[in-house]
Amino acid sequence: MSISNQSIMSEPSESGRFGEFGGRFVPETLVPACQELEAAFREAWGDPIFRAELDQLLKEYAGRPSMITECYQLGAKLGIRLVLKREDLNHTGSHKINNVLGQVLLAKRMGKKHIVAETGAGQHGVASATAAALMGMSCKVYMGAVDVERQALNVFRMKLLGAEVEAVHSGSRTLKDAVNEAMRDWVASVESTHYCLGSVMGPHPYPWMVREFHRVIGSEAREQCLERYGSDPDFVVACVGGGSNALGIFSGFVDTKARLIGVEPAGGAAVGRGQPGVVHGMRSYLMQDEYGQVQEAHSISAGLDYPGVGPEHSYLASIGRAEYPTVTDTEVIEAFQLMAKTEGIIPALECAHALAWISREAPKMQGKTVLMNLSGRGDKDVGQMMEILG
Amino acid sequence: MISTSLTPLEVTLRAKRDAGRKLLVPYVTGGLKGWTDAIRAAAANGADVIEIGLPFSDPVMDGPIIQQASQRALDDGATPVSILEGVRTLDVDVPLVVMCYYNTVHHAGHERFASQLFQAGIVGAIIPDLPLEESGPWCAAADAVGLATIMLAAPTAPDERLPRVCARARGFVYSVGLLGVTGERTELAATASQLAKRLKKITDVPVIIGVGVSNSAQAVEACKVADGIVQGASVVRRLMEGGPDAVGTYVAEVRAAIDATTV
Repeated sequence: MSISNQSIMSEPSESGRFGEFGGRFVPETLVPACQELEAAFREAWGDPIFRAELDQLLKEYAGRPSMITECYQLGAKLGIRLVLKREDLNHTGSHKINNVLGQVLLAKRMGKKHIVAETGAGQHGVASATAAALMGMSCKVYMGAVDVERQALNVFRMKLLGAEVEAVHSGSRTLKDAVNEAMRDWVASVESTHYCLGSVMGPHPYPWMVREFHRVIGSEAREQCLERYGSDPDFVVACVGGGSNALGIFSGFVDTKARLIGVEPAGGAAVGRGQPGVVHGMRSYLMQDEYGQVQEAHSISAGLDYPGVGPEHSYLASIGRAEYPTVTDTEVIEAFQLMAKTEGIIPALECAHALAWISREAPKMQGKTVLMNLSGRGDKDVGQMMEILG
Repeated sequence: MISTSLTPLEVTLRAKRDAGRKLLVPYVTGGLKGWTDAIRAAAANGADVIEIGLPFSDPVMDGPIIQQASQRALDDGATPVSILEGVRTLDVDVPLVVMCYYNTVHHAGHERFASQLFQAGIVGAIIPDLPLEESGPWCAAADAVGLATIMLAAPTAPDERLPRVCARARGFVYSVGLLGVTGERTELAATASQLAKRLKKITDVPVIIGVGVSNSAQAVEACKVADGIVQGASVVRRLMEGGPDAVGTYVAEVRAAIDATTV
């Protein structure tokens, strides 16, 4: 495979590659749909009318721009300047809304009538159900049976929003299996249905398109940091499951000197412990056994319970532009409480991974500015934490 | 480079087709309890090719029956290596092909996997999540050992795409019968005959309909247009419910039905 000379975090190659990662490994039935989607996205993304429509939705419906917040207490405690990008303040409570507003608007433009989506923690499912309700489309969300149980509140939210939620009982009954089932649905319904994939993964053009829809996070944050501090941060930190919130914020800083840190859960460390593999339409790092069977991830956070990772993360790791350390569930639980008690902000368990790394590594970052993507709020996790903490 | 000589599998299938025989391709999940006897029973009762599934953890083209069979086989410890070892012990007189997901191939390495298949006596491979555009490296490795890469053609393909799929197909073209995953349906989808008709117009490679051909009546209907049919979920369900003998009985029934309508 040839190394392309594409500049980092611009468009992937014609075959949807980021270096040697990415591609379009889908059943033949879906190839024309992926090609059609690629063409439609390319056309819409270059169309000022589409962009204006999306910008208006992001502003008036999602509540963008999201602000940045400096954590004075926690920063003093850790010896760093800690700045949060507040994606938790978006409508529906996470960064996921950026992507779904883009995709559902695009699906409507393409004449599709139905939306299918997968969800882990339920944030993407809720966001998809929201966008579908807003734009008058029907929505079906596949969710692993294990996640249905641990995220009961989000299941109810999706139903309130008019979506149908289907519990997936195959395999590990988590996010990976929800993706399988959503793809099976799409194979059967492709002519009338758009698959609203929730992260920077899947077959080309999804990893590229979803990253572009989240680019707004990084663009805003770059400008806000410059305006506020007159300089770029030293570290940009985000949690990584599939990796959409991380790529969103990384995109704004990839051309700066900032170190880009994607924090994976120890039980779902695709980049950290995986090998290149192909599943869910993409070639990327993947946790697998000696025969290539995909292994189950185990994380306290349903949103990061995924054995793969978006292909562009694999590429950024392979060229050394971003780093992918891991944190344990125990460290995450501590970080979750730390942010609540010192800053009055309850983070999503996913984002608590980013804080867990910052908190652990702070002694090595004294005096530095650390920008963390607070990609979602933790209301959905309160029930689970109540059980864990007793 | 496209090789112009036919693979051994295609030579066999063309000869049978040209002699007026409809081709019957039962599918058996490798590693599932009774699978080797099921293959023997299928071979003894009129199969022309037998497709052996290598179970994968994430089978996105498969419906509930084959998902369940794959999971059972994996739970029993089946691996590509153990299944290919089992294949070597088979003394059947019917060409054997594998159906596997691409990560199994990718993980082993293209050349290594092609050579493992070849050495086990496998003559072809169906990889449902490896579309034309991504198939280059695998096809080169398969071509090098004379292994037929059976390409899938789907009802969603525009006219300009089908000739390119057919040009790369070896052995036969797997004409996907419907929009959806494997599994039994109450009726043969209209798309099954429509796509097979489109393919027959543009290729001389045998065209075999698979996915959603669920019983002997549907097999007969599909064979009015196509050169043959794959019987997947209907065979695997019988193996799980009734064991290898039930597979033999079913294959004989389908064989008789499609032979009865062949002039």
